[in-house]
Amino acid sequence: MRKVSVLLFLAWVCFLFYAGIALFTSGFLLTRLELTNQSSCQELPGPGPLPWGSHGKPGACWMPSRFSRVVLVLIDALRFDFAQPQRSHVPGEPPVSVPFLGKLGSLQRILESQPHHGRLYRSQVDPPTTTMQRLKALTTGSLPTFIDAGSNFASHAIVEDNVIQQLNSAGRRVVFMGDDTWRDLFPGAFSQAFFFSSFNVRDLHTVDNGILEHLYPTLDGGSWDVLIAHFLGVDHCGHKHGPHHPEMAKKLSQMDQVIQGLIERLENDTLLVVAGDHGMTMNGDHGGDSELEVSAALFLYSPTALFPSVPPEEPEVIPQVSLVPTLALLLGLPIPFGNTGEVMAELFSGGSDSSHPHSSALAQVSALHINAQQVSRFLHTYSAATQDLQVKELHRLQTLFSKASARYQHFLRDPQEAEAALSTLTAEFQQFLRGARALCIESWARFSLVRMAGGAALLAAACLLCLLASQLAVAPGFLFRPLLLIPVAWGLTWTILYAGVSVTTGSKIDLVVLGAVAAAGSLLPFLWKAWVSRGSKRPLAPLLPVPRPVLILLLIRLATFFSDSFFVVEARATPFLLGSLVFFLVAQLHWEGQLLPPKPLTMSRLGSSAPTAPPRHSGAHALWLGIGLLLFTRLAGLFHRCPEETPACRSSPWLSPLASMVGGRAKNLWYGACVGALVALLVVVRLWLRRYGNLKSPEPPVLFVRWGMPLMVLGTAAYWALASGAEEAPPRLRALVAGASAVLPRAVMGLAALGLVLLLWRPVTVLVKAGAATSRTRTILTPFSGPPTSQADLDYVVPQIYRHMQEEFQGRLERTKAQGPITVAAYQLGSVYSAAMVTALLLLAFPLMLLHVERVSLVFLLLFLQSFLLLHLLAAGTPVATPGPFTVLWQAVSAWVLLATQTFYSTGHQPVFSAIHWHAAFVGFPDGHGSSTWLPALLVGANTFASHLLFAVGCPLLLLWPFLCERQGPKRRQPLPGSESEARVRPEEEEELQEPLMEVRLRDAPNHFNAALLQLGLKYLFILGAQILACALAASILRRHLMVWKVFAPKFIFEAVGFIVSSVGLLLGIALVMRVDVAVSSWFKKLVLAQQR
Amino acid sequence: MKDTDIKRLLYTNLLCVFSIFLSIFIPSFFVDNFSVLEAHLTWLCICSASVTTVNLLSYLVVKPNVSSKRSSLSHKVTRALKCCVCFLMSCFLLHIIFVLYGAPLIELVLETFLFAVVLSTFTTVPCLCLLGPNLKAWLRVFSRNGVTSIWENSLQITTISSFTGAWLGAFPIPLDWERPWQVWPISCTLGATFGYVAGLVISPLWIYWNRKQLTYKNN
Repeated sequence: MRKVSVLLFLAWVCFLFYAGIALFTSGFLLTRLELTNQSSCQELPGPGPLPWGSHGKPGACWMPSRFSRVVLVLIDALRFDFAQPQRSHVPGEPPVSVPFLGKLGSLQRILESQPHHGRLYRSQVDPPTTTMQRLKALTTGSLPTFIDAGSNFASHAIVEDNVIQQLNSAGRRVVFMGDDTWRDLFPGAFSQAFFFSSFNVRDLHTVDNGILEHLYPTLDGGSWDVLIAHFLGVDHCGHKHGPHHPEMAKKLSQMDQVIQGLIERLENDTLLVVAGDHGMTMNGDHGGDSELEVSAALFLYSPTALFPSVPPEEPEVIPQVSLVPTLALLLGLPIPFGNTGEVMAELFSGGSDSSHPHSSALAQVSALHINAQQVSRFLHTYSAATQDLQVKELHRLQTLFSKASARYQHFLRDPQEAEAALSTLTAEFQQFLRGARALCIESWARFSLVRMAGGAALLAAACLLCLLASQLAVAPGFLFRPLLLIPVAWGLTWTILYAGVSVTTGSKIDLVVLGAVAAAGSLLPFLWKAWVSRGSKRPLAPLLPVPRPVLILLLIRLATFFSDSFFVVEARATPFLLGSLVFFLVAQLHWEGQLLPPKPLTMSRLGSSAPTAPPRHSGAHALWLGIGLLLFTRLAGLFHRCPEETPACRSSPWLSPLASMVGGRAKNLWYGACVGALVALLVVVRLWLRRYGNLKSPEPPVLFVRWGMPLMVLGTAAYWALASGAEEAPPRLRALVAGASAVLPRAVMGLAALGLVLLLWRPVTVLVKAGAATSRTRTILTPFSGPPTSQADLDYVVPQIYRHMQEEFQGRLERTKAQGPITVAAYQLGSVYSAAMVTALLLLAFPLMLLHVERVSLVFLLLFLQSFLLLHLLAAGTPVATPGPFTVLWQAVSAWVLLATQTFYSTGHQPVFSAIHWHAAFVGFPDGHGSSTWLPALLVGANTFASHLLFAVGCPLLLLWPFLCERQGPKRRQPLPGSESEARVRPEEEEELQEPLMEVRLRDAPNHFNAALLQLGLKYLFILGAQILACALAASILRRHLMVWKVFAPKFIFEAVGFIVSSVGLLLGIALVMRVDVAVSSWFKKLVLAQQR
Repeated sequence: MKDTDIKRLLYTNLLCVFSIFLSIFIPSFFVDNFSVLEAHLTWLCICSASVTTVNLLSYLVVKPNVSSKRSSLSHKVTRALKCCVCFLMSCFLLHIIFVLYGAPLIELVLETFLFAVVLSTFTTVPCLCLLGPNLKAWLRVFSRNGVTSIWENSLQITTISSFTGAWLGAFPIPLDWERPWQVWPISCTLGATFGYVAGLVISPLWIYWNRKQLTYKNN
């Protein structure tokens, strides 16, 4: 029952952290209130008559329609400079040969030949630059907030007023073709629709070819009023190849042909809009707010004259949401209720009423006035619904609008004033609109300070709990059960009280606050009890038992979370701190004299007189471990992905898939290197298992390691071959390649699941041999005939001779003691826990490798080698033969966390949303997932947090490894060290043989073992919790920082999700160790019963 | 232990500090617009040369160790050659360690190597002057309870402070303050220099403050 208590205690501590994270998140990532009001033609946006006096007529609306038809071509991720010509501005400078420049030639030809018919704009996009947020902005004119960026998997319909809904209300026929995101945003809104799956970012042609199949027939058919085509090839080409690739030039040329074809087919009453929803970075990604991401192209064209002047030399910069009121008024529709955009006034200059002397300026002012009335109505309604907006600024804006509106009404009654008055009115309306927009931007990033403070306090209290409990866990007489039950009871009491108070007062029960109340209610009694017991028993115990250099490193690590500069270089700062910790470990070993161990004082009772090895040979072991660890850390740093804030940095080309390589020879070499890394990883683990004798028994996990894992390697290699060469396959093999691409990853993951099930079923890989004392003679198996002819043959035979002599000696010893004739020898008990843990980690690593690009397998190999060296280095400084409780050093846990963070970066990840590897969702499912969203989320999450998961599951190795390395102490100078450790049932023989117990020592002290596991989990959670507390404090203190949405908020989200993944992995790892312990205990009981029989 | 020994140690260390200041100010008389930041590589060479010279002269004059039994010329020449080889090996070893800690491998090779030379000047040259090219003596001094005189204690403190200063000098590099000294390896060399100077000043004071608790085997 103690094992269950340990797991429950750790789960409760995880719940405390989850409650703190949830409370802080609910205060930090605040969403905007969405109003569901609708604009309508019958209801004017404000008081006063319209200038043309057409109100009341059938079909009339706020403004007469200028165009009866619109073709909207949305080219996803069409950055502004993609529409630029290739000519250079400097006359003498040669033209720059960039692939994406000068490809949209039709736009340039229109601007040159028909300057009054077309106009190119630079569209300024509001962050976050994800497609769904941009589609919302392009149809509602509002400002989506940050929290919507995370809902890209589960799209949901737009509940606010939008242009599509207005078109439907007016009876217009909307035909859509392209991105299937629109289906979820606007369900049932299209009279005819052709949707194509948009999630496969590596597919450049499916959506575009589907649109081209229907675009011209629908255009010529005529049964449409608004035609929307959303092309995705440019966006997917950016994700896959980046903008600087010949594929981008080909894709843009294809778009140019589409635009040219549309221009030739347009009729006089049709407006053509070519727009990009966002831009893309130098790597072809988007989602953030960099200059390249918020810069999109916007092109307007009409067969009839549309603009009064010629295009300016430099295109004008307009907000993207300006398209919403402009399009609505041009189509004769009401402006959506929640719009905050400003109409493009120059499009309303031309009109059929040319008899009026100031008709052009009057039309512009009228459009602006309608726009301002609509925004004023929205601000009034929104401020009545909630108190978000700033009151003083709101009053100032309303006063400005009232004065301008009054002057506008006065001008309508007395139209004899000069045109200068109209210019003043235009400026005032624009000032109001821009002020309203700025007011909304400033207000909708508001934070709830009470919840943020509560969440941070809860996280800090949970960290303090981990610190106190990790000291109490190894104290004598520590009882788990009563200290755990009392907090749970207190938590339930407070929860019931809060629920009762909420119900009686009629307020809505908030689940986040409920969880926080339960956590705080259960936490405070425990802290009080722990403090009292600590104060009474050990008053002089230090509060921070961390060694001072490790504490300094931890504080430096936490301080870097408060600087955006260190966020940008965290991929290089973490290996630096890890290297510093390794240097400190080696120096500490040398300082305490363990680098050159003293000569052993006691010789073995067996009387083996092995020759004495030179002392320097074993002394430099830890030094070489440290240097090797630094070297592997440096090699892993070669796989890095540059953040957007460092333009001078070059991302590692090794993080792109093999399919993007153009040379066949280099691709084959890299493929060989990736498969070699895969095989090397398997061979290293098998050699390690064989060294400790874990591959000899006929248990199911051992058979799986022998036969199942090579099958996984073969499946992964075959899948990589198909993935890297899929585009070069002949057409008749396409179906076969597609089928194999789906089957092979599923087979590998199925094998991994089967291996884990076998491991949980029979985790003890112990080989039992029972034989009589009289059957000591055995033949030596030789793979050759005749005398040995090579060193390999000698290496094969000599260990058998040694074991034979050892068994003969033991048999003689037993005969002299006149013991019973039956003896039992059990092999590989010394590494029974570590073998199961390492096998589980390898079974986890293969599916995780499959979710990454091929060359990240080298990073996984480095990961295992680094962990191996680090565990050996930590084991060299940990005493295991001393009596008393087992303990894990703080520097061990700190180094483990730093290594996990470093591997997160070397696997090609960054804590920003634009760096997420979305392609992982299609490993095993190239045709999509149907309607489920949890499976792609699981795959992408496993890809992103692979390092967190592996290191959290492997955390118990920090406790097990020092016992595993115990054999290198007294028996260091054995010329032929045996690969087995024998555990005798009779204790008197055990004392005489003086053999190392290794991990069986843990088995002999179950109380200390459970306490050590609890302490290990608490220390790990403390360091993770301190990191996320630092992230929360950084986001709180710097919430008005320029980079809060760029750096600190995504960092907090990634740390929070990483904490959840790590804590679940930690519980799973400790549960696996406990499962092995239960199996070992039952195995010993069966052995004792068999002996008694 | 006597106070006169601590005073001699203090004077020797102050002489080393003075040599560093000389390496900063004396080149200003010969070269126009000389600056530690702008002509950093030149200053590194000058600083390394001056500190090495002062270390050699001070240890030759003070002679803190009298363990050299043989005074033949060939033995002295062999010992000097061994010291030079140890110094060069120390420079290369530090260069490798800097690359392993994140220094660029291909670019800025000369700057990285000169930083290794300077740090070797602050750490290896005093070890060679005091202990000679004896690795066992080095390992003894830098382990627990391994020092046998105040000179070795001072050597221990200055070496640790030099490494600590160089290590702390790496932290301003990522910050966006855009100062001219926030580039590799200027901030690290300045940190190492400050650490060395701090160690030279602190070690006599610390030894004097703890002179009652400090007991050595040979004393």
